[in-house]
Amino acid sequence: MNWDLVAEALPLYLQGAVTTFKLLLLALLLGLVCAVPLAVLRALPSPWLSRPVFAFTYCIRGTPLLVQLFLLYYGLAQFESVRESVAWPWLSSAWFCAVVAFAINTCAYTTEIIAGAIRALPAGEIEAAYAMGLSRAQMLRRVALPSALRRALPAYGNEIVMMLHGTSLASIVTLADLTGVARQFNATHYLPFEAYLTAGAFYLLITLALVGLLRAAEQRWLQPMLAR
Amino acid sequence: MLHGYGASLAEGALMTLVLALASLAVALAFGLLGALAKLSRSRLLRGLAQSYTTTIRAVPDLVLMLLVFFGGQALINEIALRLGHADYIDINPFVAGVATIGFIFGAYLTETFRGAFMAVPPGQREAAQAFGMGAWQVFLRVVAPQMLRHALPALANNWLVLLKSTAIVSVIGLTDLMHRAGLAAGATREPFLFYGAAALVYLAFTSVSELGFARLSRRLAIGVKGSRL
Repeated sequence: MNWDLVAEALPLYLQGAVTTFKLLLLALLLGLVCAVPLAVLRALPSPWLSRPVFAFTYCIRGTPLLVQLFLLYYGLAQFESVRESVAWPWLSSAWFCAVVAFAINTCAYTTEIIAGAIRALPAGEIEAAYAMGLSRAQMLRRVALPSALRRALPAYGNEIVMMLHGTSLASIVTLADLTGVARQFNATHYLPFEAYLTAGAFYLLITLALVGLLRAAEQRWLQPMLAR
Repeated sequence: MLHGYGASLAEGALMTLVLALASLAVALAFGLLGALAKLSRSRLLRGLAQSYTTTIRAVPDLVLMLLVFFGGQALINEIALRLGHADYIDINPFVAGVATIGFIFGAYLTETFRGAFMAVPPGQREAAQAFGMGAWQVFLRVVAPQMLRHALPALANNWLVLLKSTAIVSVIGLTDLMHRAGLAAGATREPFLFYGAAALVYLAFTSVSELGFARLSRRLAIGVKGSRL
């Protein structure tokens, strides 16, 4: 074991952790913004609206994140029209493709989580909203969504942790996230144990911190609603 | 249509399936042992199982895979060298893949089985004991079949996640579906076609699994009174 070299490389690991964080935050943010409207469509009774959303979430949830990432990063380059389009500088960047692939992936899972929470809402909450004379849009915005989003917190917390672990795939498309830094460290020093144990410890700390934050969020937003 | 790479992809798909099934078997063993340890009276076993599930579930599969494959390789060779064995030992990527994926999902299954064991009413176990059954008989004939029914939804979910996780073993050089698709994509310069084909194969695997699990859950629920709203 050679921990001196690890200590020297700690600033690199910290930079990797920052990259991991940025990937995670961007993906989660984009994913959540798209997931809320999709979840509403998915939960509506009309099959014309809910079926296409289900087809999207089914395909994304049924295939590995790595395949989605490769389709976007390597796959799209196959088409000449893509290579000559204005979007090419973006689509040829590993960073952009990773963020988009992660966002699409988490969006599909989040859509199902929120739609499930909407469907599981107590019927009385929605009836009460209509009885107060709210329109469907008002009911969704003021009653159904605030309640469903809170109820979705525990499942969404799991999704956040899964996404954190998913970001490690960014290292496969050459990005220097935490895992990427560990792989570089191993490539230069050939110290696989030290390299990956250090990365694992970072992930462990980040996961535990996230779990703590999520628990606090549940205490703040979910508990007061359940305790009657 | 696949420029003659169809057979190669099929071989890769078979490898993915075999890898996933072998990993599942390892994971089931680890999961059962973990759950029994978590529910045991021994504080040491409970502590061990707790640290197993906490650490494994907090670290990405890819990092664990790299740790076991490259780190394990270094460790084994270090030990072999100290024992006077001079030749370099290569870890078989299939064994490393199965061991790592099995070990990781064992942690998830530990939680699944623990919950399922606790969902079996204690009266069932007591009644079996009152009939004079031994500990193994109680487990195999009474507790396990009922436990399986409670565990099935989470087990199905874990299987789907496991199946998709096998895609990352291509990173350590196993010739699974992703690896074959990558080779074909490189040779023909049509990556979208081959990664798309790989995606469809994974989708087919997950779809068939879901149908299978739906049937199995109906089978296991025979004799259980359903509740309707």
